[in-house]
Amino acid sequence: MKGSPGLLAWRRFVKRRAALVGLIVIAIFIAAAILAPLISPYDPVATSWTLVRKAPSLAHPMGTDENGRDVLARVIFGARASLLAGVVAVAIAAGIGVPFGLLAGFAGGVPDIAISRVIDAMLACPFLILAIALAAFLGPALTNAMIAIGLSAAPIFARVARGAAMDAATNEYVEAARALGNPPWRVAVRHVLPNIVPPLMVQATLAIASAIIAEASLSFLGLGQQPPLPSWGSMLNAAQRFLTQAPWLAIFPGVAIFLVVLSFNLVGDGLRDALDPRAR
Amino acid sequence: MRGGLASRLAQVIPTVILVSLLVFSLQQLMPGDPAAILAGEERGDPAVLAQIRTELYLDRSFPVQYLHWAGRALHGDLGYSWRTHQTVSSLIASKLPVTAQLALMAFAFALAIGVPAGVICAVKRDTAWDWLANGIGLAGLSTPNFWLGIMLILIVSVQLGWLPPSGYVPLAEDWRQSLATTVMPAFVLGNAIAAVLMRHTRSAMLTALDQDYVRTARAKGVGELAVILRHALRNALVPVITLAALELGTLLSGAVLTEQVFSIPGFGKLIVDAVFNRDYPVVQGVVLVTALLYVLLNLIADILYVLINPRLRVA
Repeated sequence: MKGSPGLLAWRRFVKRRAALVGLIVIAIFIAAAILAPLISPYDPVATSWTLVRKAPSLAHPMGTDENGRDVLARVIFGARASLLAGVVAVAIAAGIGVPFGLLAGFAGGVPDIAISRVIDAMLACPFLILAIALAAFLGPALTNAMIAIGLSAAPIFARVARGAAMDAATNEYVEAARALGNPPWRVAVRHVLPNIVPPLMVQATLAIASAIIAEASLSFLGLGQQPPLPSWGSMLNAAQRFLTQAPWLAIFPGVAIFLVVLSFNLVGDGLRDALDPRAR
Repeated sequence: MRGGLASRLAQVIPTVILVSLLVFSLQQLMPGDPAAILAGEERGDPAVLAQIRTELYLDRSFPVQYLHWAGRALHGDLGYSWRTHQTVSSLIASKLPVTAQLALMAFAFALAIGVPAGVICAVKRDTAWDWLANGIGLAGLSTPNFWLGIMLILIVSVQLGWLPPSGYVPLAEDWRQSLATTVMPAFVLGNAIAAVLMRHTRSAMLTALDQDYVRTARAKGVGELAVILRHALRNALVPVITLAALELGTLLSGAVLTEQVFSIPGFGKLIVDAVFNRDYPVVQGVVLVTALLYVLLNLIADILYVLINPRLRVA
């Protein structure tokens, strides 16, 4: 295991301190999301008319909102919606995009032309506008937002997988596997797919960052998580009405989005450098 | 080049057809019966429902519905808003100039910040300047632009009282007020693109500074600043400018949220309002027009790239 490619890549990744910090921040947010009921100081949906819009204090470190709910509790529970949306949307995008990209890149010819044109057409619609339109037609809900974001991000995965598959298909061992009489699907899945995993991992990490921003955006517009359940995007939407009286409402959810997205971007950049030593 | 351009054009047509098919298919996802939504109070009356279905071709098969819709779209007829009964094309035409003004100002911000920052990064490669600019760029890419907008309103409008927090005044009415209402949203829109342009400029400049003509210029005694600006940057800018055109998608996506935050009655606000009013013809029309704009700009960028770069002209 000493000199395995995975270990070497991990060593290169760890050397980039920024990426490691990103990974730690993500781990903290994931832990907070999973342990939310245990670590949250208050119930995130419990309202209180005596605690409406109280500034941050020892009892409520991030203050309270317009319904007297604790902002820290809502930020902690909001991590669930954001991280879940990021991961599920990217899983949907990769689950649809990768098989089509693999098919296009590996088979070539008519399937490639057909799939490439569909990719072009979908990429022609700006990502968020497509997601908004899809979410609008599907109806406002967190699940639908995830589906909408996943579908809108699928063509990017298809394009990355297609390019990587075309690259991998020229390798001699692929030629050899084919010459040995393996059926095409087996060559594609057993020999080409493992080789396109590194670029896809980089793409997936960066896509989680965009998906989290997209979920926050849809929730901000009212097309994602529905009240009273907390989501960072919808918290910012409510905060906008009280900018003069309660600016803390607008600060903390935004900082949370920023930290998580920045961390995924740092890890994605670090992965790219670690997995592709030729770059830079 | 002739052949290249022709095949590029030939690629655009199927893309446009597929885009229109995609946009039209959105309607199939819609929950409920569109005729019932349109009928409103009279939804219980089967005669009214039947009449609406006939008028909108809703009683025909999917291909017939699509061809009918696409045929009219080709003539610039995108149907009527279910809400205001204005034509979708007139709605789009009235909102587009607002977003165009924002977009142009945003591009100005992006170029003014991104290109110089990228040049400095490349020239001062691997120094503290390079790291700092890259760090700020990554932070810019990681900030949701609606949150940046809210923070700017909080600081610049609420705390300092320098600029109006929201609203829009057309350029023709009062250009000072118009700039005052659009400078913050344009900055918000431009900053994400500035980060992308900085990265592109940095790598293009690094390549250009490595070229023989730069070494020749230095060897014949041209000053370093002139080498950077006149020889390297001029060549590095070609790919950067064409890549900038591809950021139109980011810009339009960003406009949806930014216009919402700053209450600007543009293209982005149009689609959000249409989504909430379940005004599907408007949603379809806006998505179709955005996609067509994007395809067209892509094509122009490709042609420009060849025209500006003489080396590609022979190929």
